[in-house]
Amino acid sequence: MGLQSDLIPLLAVLVSLFAIPLIALSSRRPNLRESWTFLAALIKFGLVLSLIPGALRGETVGGALFDIAPGLPFELEADPLGVFFALIASGLWIFTSAYSIGYMRGNGEVKQTRFFAAFAMSLSSTIGVAFAGNLFTFIVFYEILTLSTYPLVVHKESDAAIQAARKYLTYTLTAGLLLVAGAGLLYMETGTLDFEAGGLSALIDSDIASGKLWVIFILMFIGVGVKAGVMPLHSWLPSAMAAPTPVSSLLHAVAVVKSGVFGVLRVSGFIFGFGVLQQMGADVLMMILSAFTLTVASFLAFKQDNLKRRLAYSTVGHLSYIVLGVSLMTMSGVLGSVLHIAAHATMKITLFFCAGAIYVNLHKDSISQLDGAAKVMPWTFAAFTIGAMGLTGIPPINGFFSKWTLALGTIEAGQWIPLGLLILSGLMNAGYFFPIVARAYFKPGGKDLEGHGEANPWMVVPLVSTAMLSVIFGLFPNAFVHILDLATVIMEQLFNVGGDL
Amino acid sequence: MFVVSYISISLLIVLAGVRFKESAQPLATFGAGVTAVLSLVGWIVVKANTEAGFPAIRYGFGGWAPPIGIEFVLDGLSAFFLMVVNGVAAVVLWHSAGNLDKHLDAHPPTFYALASLFLLGLNGMILTGDLFNLYVFLEISSLSSYALIAIGSRQAPLAAFRYLILGTVGGTLYLIGVGFMYAMTGTLNMIDMMAIIPLIAEEPAVLVALLLMIVGIGVKAALFPLYGWLPESYTQTNSISSALIAPIGTKVAAYVMIRVLLFVFGASGLNAVWPLSEVIAYLAGAGILFGSIMAILQKNLKRMLAFSSVSQIGYILMGVALMNPLAFAGALFHVLNHAIMKATLFMVSSHLERQEESVDIRDFNDSYRVKYPWTMATFTLAAISMIGLPPMAGFFSKWMLALGTIEADHWVLLGVILTSSLLNAVYFFGILEKVYLRRSGQKEASQASMNEVSWGMRLPALILALALLGFGFFNVPLLDILQTLFPV
Repeated sequence: MGLQSDLIPLLAVLVSLFAIPLIALSSRRPNLRESWTFLAALIKFGLVLSLIPGALRGETVGGALFDIAPGLPFELEADPLGVFFALIASGLWIFTSAYSIGYMRGNGEVKQTRFFAAFAMSLSSTIGVAFAGNLFTFIVFYEILTLSTYPLVVHKESDAAIQAARKYLTYTLTAGLLLVAGAGLLYMETGTLDFEAGGLSALIDSDIASGKLWVIFILMFIGVGVKAGVMPLHSWLPSAMAAPTPVSSLLHAVAVVKSGVFGVLRVSGFIFGFGVLQQMGADVLMMILSAFTLTVASFLAFKQDNLKRRLAYSTVGHLSYIVLGVSLMTMSGVLGSVLHIAAHATMKITLFFCAGAIYVNLHKDSISQLDGAAKVMPWTFAAFTIGAMGLTGIPPINGFFSKWTLALGTIEAGQWIPLGLLILSGLMNAGYFFPIVARAYFKPGGKDLEGHGEANPWMVVPLVSTAMLSVIFGLFPNAFVHILDLATVIMEQLFNVGGDL
Repeated sequence: MFVVSYISISLLIVLAGVRFKESAQPLATFGAGVTAVLSLVGWIVVKANTEAGFPAIRYGFGGWAPPIGIEFVLDGLSAFFLMVVNGVAAVVLWHSAGNLDKHLDAHPPTFYALASLFLLGLNGMILTGDLFNLYVFLEISSLSSYALIAIGSRQAPLAAFRYLILGTVGGTLYLIGVGFMYAMTGTLNMIDMMAIIPLIAEEPAVLVALLLMIVGIGVKAALFPLYGWLPESYTQTNSISSALIAPIGTKVAAYVMIRVLLFVFGASGLNAVWPLSEVIAYLAGAGILFGSIMAILQKNLKRMLAFSSVSQIGYILMGVALMNPLAFAGALFHVLNHAIMKATLFMVSSHLERQEESVDIRDFNDSYRVKYPWTMATFTLAAISMIGLPPMAGFFSKWMLALGTIEADHWVLLGVILTSSLLNAVYFFGILEKVYLRRSGQKEASQASMNEVSWGMRLPALILALALLGFGFFNVPLLDILQTLFPV
């Protein structure tokens, strides 16, 4: 492994950081400003792509840069799981960048420079979260992610946005502190915070009292669970929908919330190890919470008339699919989780893109106003339908396969109740998504739709592309970037051979 | 050698400052700057000496051997504090050039003479190896700080008077404590006394002396509940004094606490009869929460910062009282961080005080971000560090302190640290929200134009704020050394 490739994870983090001053300096020339965003997104994606071959061989690239606290290195390492997450975040950033331009300009939003700068910052920290080689580095980026998304949530500067942002900070900062406390306790016990596939050997071999182990687990689980939207820690997410839609689509459907579930994976698979958690009985707690969440969130989604809020509750539910899969702690369960991270990302981002396009174009944000809208915006609603079908779990869209694998996982683990809830929740997904589709296609539209056409191409192209991706990854899970192979490699690392990251 | 130069430079400033009116500020800054550089050299020399296995540098005044004469001692701890105090003081005095506000127009030389005298007192307190001599320097710095604080708003003399009363009581209690110890041990030299204390640690007179000294220094360090003088003093005084005294004044009192409790008495001497270290730790914990809650309730920026100081001093004293290297390193690192953060924040408040004539938080609105972009960016950096979020330096001192509480099995105190971070977030984000988001009634934001202070003021504040980022990323070499300073 040469020096150059060891620096790739660091570069991938830094790229969008370097873009920030450029974005700020060209604030008076929007086209130049947006091209910096594009350039950064493309370079970042390219860097992540270059890591894939190594990751497929199960290799880890990168290493400790310097000590950031005594005994704790600042470590950026691209292991297969990290590459997997970084791939999704950086890939979808390209689409979101294009979409943001259409949305922000189409909507005449103010302070676009701040918006694009904070967005670049958020992406930097997301990639940092993905490539963090130990829990301490993870926390550093996790907190920066919180801070850099704050200006995005509060972007509209309305009272509602300010309230939402306060709530967001309260939840995420508290979570971050608890994570820090958990990390401190663990560090004092084991002297390390490294991520190790299969669990920290220092922790597995140690004789920490189970009470203390529970304290550490609870602290860490809350720490990552807030961003993962596990009930009862979820309520910041629907409020955060006050943010502009590109933020909801990339950050609150992909980057931020997925860094939460990614954290769940890291904590359970790379810190504690599934063996220890099962011994403690912590898997049961995770399973109960996530199964509860995915059921209740689906019910709550029914009640929402605001389109973005319905999508938000749907996100809460789907994040818990992922947590549920992890809590099964079987090969298929965790594989399903990992696949669902990718599948939910492409589908939910499509749905949010559509919601934003509808808002910009028709100035509608309630489901009850969408009668006949599909005739006006055919492409948008075609994409919406694909996303909705995928989340419901209809083949051949990628959501079907991840859900199928999750279901296999529950059977493998012999957990019938979660299986039942998975099926129930799938039906409910159909129940809260299809009325929207039906309304848009089959109900006659009102007069106010006249004179409106499809949204502008900056928005339509990204949303159609992500919908296409959902289908393509459904049919060919190894297309382009080898998502399935990557996920398989991750499983091999987690379940067979351990080894230091 | 070093020792002598500090004192002569400080005296020089005093004399020259009085004589030439115009030259007072540059001279004072120059003096503090030279002292800061010397402190840095001192730190490097001490570090090299320690690595080579040499003992601390000791200098007996007048050639008298230490037990009889007075000596100055430069060891790792004093070198570190000298560096912090003089470094921050130099930047604050540099910053003050652009900020000679209405309270000072008439007599800058007097002001700078007092400031230099204040610094001289602090340097002396840090360097001396003699308990009585420490009292002398304590009074020098205290008297000059009373005068510095009295220059300010109409209520400032009253606040200074209150401080004078409480400070004198504190100083006197300390002195009585020293008297008791002198009677018991027959020496005033710290190193001598250190050797004798284990033999007499359980004597009632020693316990009384210890309590008197803790309370006495506690007043100067604003250990909860002895903080009463602090909020009004910092609020009412002029903006240069608050930026000068708030970051470093209480730190030196904390230094004395460390020196007397951990070095002279030592862990066994301190806890010989009663578990005093735990008492101090929990008092400090109470101070952390109390200070944070009071800070949330304040409507005046300077008073808010003052209460936040009460809380931050709590971190330092708690770290000291936890009696383990992790917490100790955290406390010392927090001395550095808090000195920089508080200096930055008080500089920011001085910018606003200068331009707006008011630091009432209720008046803050989004026109400020247009009028003071640099100042507000500086404020944001320092605020994030105060809350303790990575990668700012404030996070790492809290991390070390948290590890220290875990090491000492004080779970309540761990909870205090976490809770206080959240409370800090409440009041700092409250301000950030106002400055960046709150609509001003008269569309001021769109009409306001840049109204920044001069670069001479912006730059020092910005440099300090960026230093926090630097210390955040590269804290390990420093923290490694600080951990070794813990007396075994």
